[in-house]
Amino acid sequence: MKKNSGRGSFDGATPSEFNSGYDFGGQWSPSELELARRQARKKKNQRSALIATLSSFLVLGTLVIVIVTSPGWETLRNTFFKWAYGVEVLPKIILGFGTNAMLTVIAGTSVALLGLAIALLRTSRSPALTPFRFLATAYVDIFRGIPMLLVILLVGFGIPALQIKGLTNNVLVLGTLAVIITYSAYVAEVIRSGILTVHPSQRAAARSLGLSHFQTLRHVVLPQALKRVTPPLLNDLVALIKDTGLVSILGVTDAVRAAQIQTAKTFNYTPYVMAAIVFLLVTIPLTRWTDRMLRNSLEKQNAQGQA
Amino acid sequence: MKKLLKVIPLLVAALVLSACSSSEDNSASSESTTCSPESLATVEAGTLTIATGEPAYYPWVIDDKPESGEGFEAAVAYAVAQELGYDNAAVKWVRTSFDAAIAPGPKTFDFNLQQYSITDERKQVVDFSSPYYKSNQAIVSFKGSKIDGVTTLQGLADAGAKLGAAVSTTSLDVIETQLGLKASVFNDNAAAVTALKNKQIDGLVVDLPTAFYLSAVEVPNGIIVGQIDGSDSGDQGFGLLLSKDNPITSCVTKAVDAIRDNGTLQAIIDQWLTASAGAPVLS
Amino acid sequence: MTAPVLRLDKVRKTFGSEVVLEDITFTVPVHTATVFIGASGSGKSTLLRCINLLDQIDDGQILLDGEDISAADINPDEVRKKLGMVFQSFNLFPHMTVLENVILAPTKVQGVAKDVAVDEALELLKRFGLKDKADQYPDRLSGGQQQRVAIIRSLARHPRLLLLDEITSALDPVLVNEVLSTVRDLKREGMTMVLATHEMGFAKQVADEVCYLHNGRILEWGAPSAMLESPSRPETKEFLRRVHDAGRL
Repeated sequence: MKKNSGRGSFDGATPSEFNSGYDFGGQWSPSELELARRQARKKKNQRSALIATLSSFLVLGTLVIVIVTSPGWETLRNTFFKWAYGVEVLPKIILGFGTNAMLTVIAGTSVALLGLAIALLRTSRSPALTPFRFLATAYVDIFRGIPMLLVILLVGFGIPALQIKGLTNNVLVLGTLAVIITYSAYVAEVIRSGILTVHPSQRAAARSLGLSHFQTLRHVVLPQALKRVTPPLLNDLVALIKDTGLVSILGVTDAVRAAQIQTAKTFNYTPYVMAAIVFLLVTIPLTRWTDRMLRNSLEKQNAQGQA
Repeated sequence: MKKLLKVIPLLVAALVLSACSSSEDNSASSESTTCSPESLATVEAGTLTIATGEPAYYPWVIDDKPESGEGFEAAVAYAVAQELGYDNAAVKWVRTSFDAAIAPGPKTFDFNLQQYSITDERKQVVDFSSPYYKSNQAIVSFKGSKIDGVTTLQGLADAGAKLGAAVSTTSLDVIETQLGLKASVFNDNAAAVTALKNKQIDGLVVDLPTAFYLSAVEVPNGIIVGQIDGSDSGDQGFGLLLSKDNPITSCVTKAVDAIRDNGTLQAIIDQWLTASAGAPVLS
Repeated sequence: MTAPVLRLDKVRKTFGSEVVLEDITFTVPVHTATVFIGASGSGKSTLLRCINLLDQIDDGQILLDGEDISAADINPDEVRKKLGMVFQSFNLFPHMTVLENVILAPTKVQGVAKDVAVDEALELLKRFGLKDKADQYPDRLSGGQQQRVAIIRSLARHPRLLLLDEITSALDPVLVNEVLSTVRDLKREGMTMVLATHEMGFAKQVADEVCYLHNGRILEWGAPSAMLESPSRPETKEFLRRVHDAGRL
């Protein structure tokens, strides 16, 4: 490595004290100073990694040992983690989960549509829609305020009690309806917040181009709004998958109820653990995907800030 | 020195007492020497804490007031209490849900009675006294339902009936195992009755006396489709439910046996469950 | 003599109790560019927004090609089809490519067939040297490029009048020039324009008339050379002096 700095004089500095690493050809390679720094950093990182790994093992190991040697462990394992029994009841639980899945699909699509409609209603400015806007606000306030369990009971048991001719009293239909009514209120608010965060200048530009109110909504505001609220909406979807189980109080057998029936026969709680696993198999991929989408959209947003 | 002398008798007494109590604990299946309020290891000393359902239905309890002693199970409870030496003032009532009491774990009561059928599975996690009543299961419905007029078990399946029962009951087992049908399963009988009243299920399976009550009082135009033949051979009758390996179980069983033997039980049955006969049998 | 493209008559605008524009009267003949200069808050942006019917005036009249567009029964969407507006903050639609931004209005508002609109759009982009950016998203373009796309987007609908609201205020001084040359090209092609700007370069090179807006009133107006070099009103002189000191003259 040449000891010529090529960047001006450094009075008093001996060549060995400073070596910029530039050779006569102008190509750069690391100076001794930089190499020494890199060595030191590498050593420091290795030491940290070693400490971290050791301490993790220590903590986890201690935890595992404490649990496994505790007096109740054998009983705990048999009561909650009897895998042979769990595998035996798994088909029944998966069958019950079919109800959860179907409910999620039907309710999910309906909620998306109804929530969007209510959000649009609430963000409209036309005076002709004022009474509907008022109703939409009342709707959102009421159904975000009542526990969904109550709504399910009221709709699932209460409405059929009126014995109105022509109105279905099928518990699955009514239960799904109750879920849709409640979740639409939440989703409407999420979408509305997305719409409100689209900068008014976007709307100004769109209107200036001659787009009508509806065209502005459809081509400019909604695409941006929906993209923005996709992460919280996916969160709501995960919550929906789990909340569909509440319709079991109306007599519908879902995964949780199926587990409960089995548990009630043998007093072994492994079926509950199996049901939990079934739910996790569906929700974890969904939440991971949501995280990834959120990360991507944030990257894009921050890139825009450069302009 | 004087202090030590005073302490010694206390120590001796403590040792004796602990020996006594430990021997009682160790021999869960051995008989207690006496079955009286002073010696029974109840949840609350000197008090007999009895539990039943919330709400407690007719004819088991009248007006949901077990303290009155009115109703079949209320009467049985006080009869057993008397037999054990507790007067009415020493009896305390608490309420539990049906399935919470069957679950393993410590209890807030000495014994629980709400039409608990004695089964081998349940015996693994709780104690039962000897049975105090045996009854078939029956199906409650309403006039004009899909199963109105059905006379055979096969007829139920053919009618495409939607039958309901509460979770963790033997009624549910009857539907699933004996009838081989898919059940609508509810958290408790109250919810199931609501569904029946709403005609959201075609029939509800409960024990026969409850069926009579529901069809006569609760369900508009209620009917009993029939008793399910052979549904009482699967279970061993209703028993008083106690926590597992409870030291007082043997005394309670003795009390039930006593009131059965001396005719008190039959008198109570005659007073409160007269309508037990008379429902057609489905087979 | 043909009617002027734009004519404002005693236009007044208030926000609450604050008077933002007062007694605004001017005309814009076809193929000319009128430039409004003035301090921040003097009402320049509001003026343009009122012409574009984004804000409602409180008195006076606005006539576009002789038609009263400030009338109560006017349909703003119809009016805006003849106007184009470019904003300080570009306002490109971030979820669409440059090309999609440009063809949105022609296809959706004017019902032009998509391939025709695409051809026209590419022509326009080529003319202003941005054809290679057609499939990029706005966040990949520099500020100057974005603003030029915004101008092209409003041109795609062949407006009668182009409103340019401080279009270089958000740009690096380095990038101002490329936008300025675009506007010069537009002038050369005969576009009728009203500009609000801080950039005296625009006023000098593009304007047929310069108006000085002071606290919501047009205090002085005239040919650029006269206005910018020897204004008569003291307020105008003071304003130009401050701009000069800030290095923007």
